[in-house]
Amino acid sequence: MRDDRVTGVLKDDQGTGPAGDLTSPAGTGTPNNVRNSTSKASRSIRNAGRSSGNPPRRPFLSRLRRDWPLLLMTLPAAGLLLLFHYVPLLGNVIAFQDYSPYVGIKDSPFIGLSNFQWLLQDQSFWDATLNTLGITTFQLIFYFPVPIVLAVLLDSVMRPRLRLIIQGIVYMPHFFSWVLVVTLFQQMLGGAGLISQILRDHGYQGIDLMTNPDIFLLLVTGETIWKDAGWGTIIFLAALAAIDQHLYEASAVDGAGRWKRMWHITLPGLRPVIILLLILRLGDALNVGFEQFFLQRDAVGREAAEVLDTFVYWRTLTTGEWSYGAAAGLVKGLVGLMLILIANKVAHRFGEQGIYKRSR
Amino acid sequence: MTASTSAARAARPAWEERPSPAGRAAKGTALTLIVASVVFPIYMVVLTSLSTQETVTRAGGLVSIPGGLSPAAYKELFAGGVVTRAVLVSLGVTTTGTLISLVVTVLAAYGLSRPGSLFHRPLLFMILLTFLFGPGLIPNYLLVSSLGLIDSYWALILPSAVTAFNLVVMRAFFMNVPTEMTDSARVDGAGEFRILWRIVLPVSKGVVAVIGLFYAVGYWNSFFNAVLYLNDNSKWPLQVVLRQYVLQGQSLVVGQTSDTIAGQPLPPSLAIQMSIVVLALIPVLFIYPFVQRHFTKGVIIGAVKG
Repeated sequence: MRDDRVTGVLKDDQGTGPAGDLTSPAGTGTPNNVRNSTSKASRSIRNAGRSSGNPPRRPFLSRLRRDWPLLLMTLPAAGLLLLFHYVPLLGNVIAFQDYSPYVGIKDSPFIGLSNFQWLLQDQSFWDATLNTLGITTFQLIFYFPVPIVLAVLLDSVMRPRLRLIIQGIVYMPHFFSWVLVVTLFQQMLGGAGLISQILRDHGYQGIDLMTNPDIFLLLVTGETIWKDAGWGTIIFLAALAAIDQHLYEASAVDGAGRWKRMWHITLPGLRPVIILLLILRLGDALNVGFEQFFLQRDAVGREAAEVLDTFVYWRTLTTGEWSYGAAAGLVKGLVGLMLILIANKVAHRFGEQGIYKRSR
Repeated sequence: MTASTSAARAARPAWEERPSPAGRAAKGTALTLIVASVVFPIYMVVLTSLSTQETVTRAGGLVSIPGGLSPAAYKELFAGGVVTRAVLVSLGVTTTGTLISLVVTVLAAYGLSRPGSLFHRPLLFMILLTFLFGPGLIPNYLLVSSLGLIDSYWALILPSAVTAFNLVVMRAFFMNVPTEMTDSARVDGAGEFRILWRIVLPVSKGVVAVIGLFYAVGYWNSFFNAVLYLNDNSKWPLQVVLRQYVLQGQSLVVGQTSDTIAGQPLPPSLAIQMSIVVLALIPVLFIYPFVQRHFTKGVIIGAVKG
């Protein structure tokens, strides 16, 4: 599960592709020209590098003699990924079986697509899907802009030392575990938490914001903002740092005020990164994180907190319906893959790099 | 990059208008609130964990104004028992795991840093493909259990030992090391391992530190894998203990060493609960400042080139 989150981060960070072009030392000229020319330049450099690093093909044995230490070095990582990624990938065949751990994968009977049929008729599966999509949509509106605003705010802090300290503090919660984050929130907002404590001191009833399903969306979004919005600014800060300061000066001389400059220079400068991250988030729509919901599912109930990942867990590991859970996981994975491919297509259409390029 | 920009922006350029007092106040308030939202909860948790029972009772919950201080909660936790063991487990898993992950990642990142080498493309493709499609919870679980790793600490380490993202970032960094340096060493007859150890690693300390932090934090924070793979609750790492005794408020047997009277299962006091929170927090708080300065340099640039 941790991997899911890490790859989530990864995709965001990988999205720095275009920001890379932005952060490369910009020459003079209008931002568009700069961007196009540097990206072209970097591409040609990359190509040049590739062709020069790719000497005329030598026979296999001679390459093996030259490269065996490199292969040896890659072996442990490749082996681990093979064993813990590709082998379980094959293990997904149990989604087409009536799998029983006592019989084993080899001897369990194949039952075709029955698991998938049941799944599509399962109301709780659709509830979990709707919850997941609802959370994604809500966070797209209320979480996504926060790091952008925060980055602009941080960027406006003039004193470098102060800025570094603030950055250090707001990045930090990203490194806390979800157990810790939920615990801290419970200590602040829960029935015995700080808010209730203050209310009771002043003669009111305490309130428990941690167990109310009606505000669960707000709660998880608040937690996500607290944990990750600071870290999320990194990529926007890099893009901001790459905006040509002369543009600000020129427009200020022309009489553009603070807000005008933000609208006409800062936002256009951030646009490529924003579009890219937006597309990536859409491609990742079915992943809202697992532990956060796993930890709070009991407190607010299944109706509000069941997402696809927790659905798979509860439907399988608590009942032993392995094949059914694998089928649900497979559906989620395949739909997710499709979304990523679509998102990447859209990214290319927008002229962005996307998460992968056609060739490397 | 950050340094140069902040240096460049340290002084307000002549063309920029002075901010209005209201604007300055708004900005100051916003930043203070944001920083406080992170610092204040941590401050209260630390303070409560160090407070005497009377102070906690008087405050009616979390302590925000220092009163009577006492390290009693920590003494109790470290008297042996569930929490002591959990801390040791977490430390062990984190150090072992980080070491393995770093070694494997560094080696592979270097092994894949030379385009045109034998099997370079298929191997890279195999690693990048893991981004697109995860195998899913159930097949993972079945694999780990069929390897006999249930109730083994290796179940917390091996499945997540290599993260493709970290590998790609590090590889991008290694590819940036000037080829003149490595080539001349090769002419002098140095082998690949030697080049990696003597030339590439010394100039890549920043990225190794950041990736190391990522791995270490991942292991330290690992919660669900432990829930999934460890049935034996004497093997629980700290995060699971934190959830059990603080988030869910279950009774905790503390100070249960062989020569004291078996501890009475009581709901843990707030100070004890908060000191468990602090224990989960401390490694991050301590390691973090040393690595922070590498963030923009190591991560952004690395990810960009990836």
